Amino acid sequence: MITLTINGHRVEVEAGSTILEAAEKLGIFIPTLCHDPRFTPAGACRMCLVEVERARALMAACSVPVMEGMAVHTDTERVHAARKENLRLLLANHPLDCLTCEKNGDCRLQEYCYRYGIAESDYQGARKEYALDESNPFLIRDLNKCVLCGLCVRVCHEINGAGAIDFTNRGFYTKVAPAFDDALEASSCVFCGMCVDVCPVGALTPKQGLRRGRPWELQKVRTTCPFCGTGCGLELSVKDDRVVGVKGDPASPVSRGQTCVKGRFGLDFLHSPDRLQKPLMRKNGEMVEASWEEALSLIASKMRGLRGREMAGFSSARATNEENYLFQKLFRMLGSNNIDHCARL
Amino acid sequence: MTNSIGEIDNADVMFVIGANPTAAHPVIGYRLKMAAKNGATLIVADPRQIELVDYADVFLRLRPGTNEALLNGMIHVILAEGLADEKFIRERTEGFPEMAAVVKKYTPAYAAEITGVPAADIRRAARLFAGAENASIFYTLGITNHTTGTDGVLSVANLALVTGHVGKPSSGVNPLRGQNNVQGACDMGALPNVFTGYQGVGERGARFKFGRAWGTRLNPRPGLTITEVFDAIYTKEIKFLYIMGENPALTEANLHHVRGALEKVDFLVVQDIFFTETAAYADVVLPAAAFAEKEGTFTNTERRVQMVRKAINPPGEAKPDWVILSALARELRLKWNYATPAEIFQEIARLNPAYAGISYQRLEKEGGLQWPCPDAKHPGTPYLHQDKFVRGKGLFTPVEYQPPAEEPDSDYSLLLTTGRILFHYNTMTRYSGAIEPFKPEEVAQVNPADAGHLGVVEGETVKLSSRRGHIAVRITITDAVPPGVIYVTFHYRESAVNLLTGSALDPVTKTPEFKICAVKMEKLATAGA
Ligand code: SF4
Ligand code: SF4
Repeated sequence: MITLTINGHRVEVEAGSTILEAAEKLGIFIPTLCHDPRFTPAGACRMCLVEVERARALMAACSVPVMEGMAVHTDTERVHAARKENLRLLLANHPLDCLTCEKNGDCRLQEYCYRYGIAESDYQGARKEYALDESNPFLIRDLNKCVLCGLCVRVCHEINGAGAIDFTNRGFYTKVAPAFDDALEASSCVFCGMCVDVCPVGALTPKQGLRRGRPWELQKVRTTCPFCGTGCGLELSVKDDRVVGVKGDPASPVSRGQTCVKGRFGLDFLHSPDRLQKPLMRKNGEMVEASWEEALSLIASKMRGLRGREMAGFSSARATNEENYLFQKLFRMLGSNNIDHCARL
Repeated sequence: MTNSIGEIDNADVMFVIGANPTAAHPVIGYRLKMAAKNGATLIVADPRQIELVDYADVFLRLRPGTNEALLNGMIHVILAEGLADEKFIRERTEGFPEMAAVVKKYTPAYAAEITGVPAADIRRAARLFAGAENASIFYTLGITNHTTGTDGVLSVANLALVTGHVGKPSSGVNPLRGQNNVQGACDMGALPNVFTGYQGVGERGARFKFGRAWGTRLNPRPGLTITEVFDAIYTKEIKFLYIMGENPALTEANLHHVRGALEKVDFLVVQDIFFTETAAYADVVLPAAAFAEKEGTFTNTERRVQMVRKAINPPGEAKPDWVILSALARELRLKWNYATPAEIFQEIARLNPAYAGISYQRLEKEGGLQWPCPDAKHPGTPYLHQDKFVRGKGLFTPVEYQPPAEEPDSDYSLLLTTGRILFHYNTMTRYSGAIEPFKPEEVAQVNPADAGHLGVVEGETVKLSSRRGHIAVRITITDAVPPGVIYVTFHYRESAVNLLTGSALDPVTKTPEFKICAVKMEKLATAGA
């Protein structure tokens, strides 16, 4: 274990921990754009600079390991000045269309500008002018808003393995794009949406829920994906009785925040206009709407007239445990063991 | 799965046979790819050049339907070269001599002849698997959806037992369950022969236990499986069918037979969230709530029970399945009074020993528990069979290779195999506004040699027919499939592939032969004449 102080508070952490991890343990805030503990550190955004006593230069808290007796300061004049300068540089090249940006209220660039009082940039110079990529049905890429943190590149390479996007070009022209600057759908992208979930700004936006709610208006509900047997944890965003957004749930022991295209983008079936809304009964060969009372009493009367072995029921590998349990209980109580489900699918 | 998904991170050797995780279980697919990238050895056995092959150390491209011959060949090598785990076999298994006697004739050369996999590759795979510190097998429909599916599962178990690769972290036999809650549906006893918790309806003790809990006498005779139910409709033994959340008119094999039965049955109830192909045959259709509109639990492929939470209200008058079933039970004068799914879960925990220690309170707090979880203090079980098997000793079962029920011949010269793609999930995602326009139709995979033979081109629509039916389908030409094999998925009603598949069944599990049947491909113009 290694002991150090941050802003005068003593903390003990394991050897090999970073300054950032030590600060997290103390609950001391250090801003980051490019950091995510699941990926290899990039040290690219320079937002996490801190002052270390007896060190000449400011240090990147996300990648510098702690040392015995280290004295770190996260809130000095010098640190603030560096962070502000950094933000001004980023803003010089960032469209300030927060009014319509989907990320408004959940944007780390916005949050840090607010915190450090940066309203605009004094820098005037060349601006990025990339066309929006909105040709696929799942997500919009607005490279003008990209801060080159590389989180999307790392999640795509290190978690998904698709490796669909990477940094291309150099200097001012650096950008994140699929090989040959193709559209995403022409690349190895599998539309898992995980790059959208890690983007700290509005460069990657899901098309689902567009203009349907501001982050602070959304109610979050954690649940389990209804598609495959992996059982990933999902976090649904709900507004006005609609699911307007989906994210991987980082707290899920199964999926650790990971998703595939089905869980991430396929849940809009919930609001399909084709959903059944009323019981239907066949009358004179036609399907017509009926009341629940009518429908259930007809079913019950048919069942009462039969012996158990003349009835069969198929339960569902999509329904909950509780519902599967009740289904087999119902049939068995009526004397029928003719119960099955498409386990074999 | 006997292991947990998280254990993939520490795997030394992963053997994926008859599974396409990057499409069917994508997040598990990511883990397998990353483990391989980080140095784990990956062996893939599949007729098709699936995505995982790009990461594999050994690719065993076997002929469809020859899994058992391949596995026997590997076991043969392991025994012949003295790579078996003798201690494990002696202490923890039985039936070894009988199994060993059968694999004797599956020399690499003989296995190669049946499977089409070079003998050297069979040897290499066997050595890598047996020599590993820990090794897991992953399989899915490619093993089970055959008339010899049970044999396939037993062969996989034989391989794990002979090498002692079971009952340890990252070592075991891992069937990847397809639909989100197949595991749970089985655990709950949505099966003809067992009550909740795999307690046999034929066992007096189990019948007594459930009879007392439910206040009724119970039928000791196991019931009919799905496929048998359809047959029994034709013979008038089954007169009433209630289908909750399944769509057999699209997803079952031999669709003509299935649709005929749905037409014929006296009374059909369909309870679903959409007006499915199956609903079209119903006498009554009940509108159900979807997963986000109710509370409950699902059990995933690693046996983890997890919460499903209500986020929104069901549309119109739709209701959760548990509410509908309770209302029907009351209509049938059963004294059911469940106020919440939590109450139902408590009843499950009382009757299923593996779930006994699980409660909604614990799930809320601990975020999911893996059964067996016998009491409220138990942390759950990440991997099975640690010190002993459920039945005591691990049982070897001799398995002989048997050819598929239907093989290509001069009339139907191609082998059709079926499966899933990444973007669709059975048929539910076809109602997704985002996904459906992106992958709106079936594209069958055809090898260049077969395409050249018939003179069809990329994107052309062809007619595929089997002895049971025909469909029109667009093709893509790719050597992802070997010559003589066509690959079609089962997501699309417009080209319902199960009009082609047969209804030959595995004798034990009654699983239809979905994976393989003989077909012929014709140009549409000439076929139409
Ligand atoms: S959606 Fe997934 S696969 Fe596509 S670029 Fe983003 S992270 Fe990569
Ligand atoms: S997000 Fe994808 S991998 Fe995860 S459970 Fe859903 S369908 Fe399966």
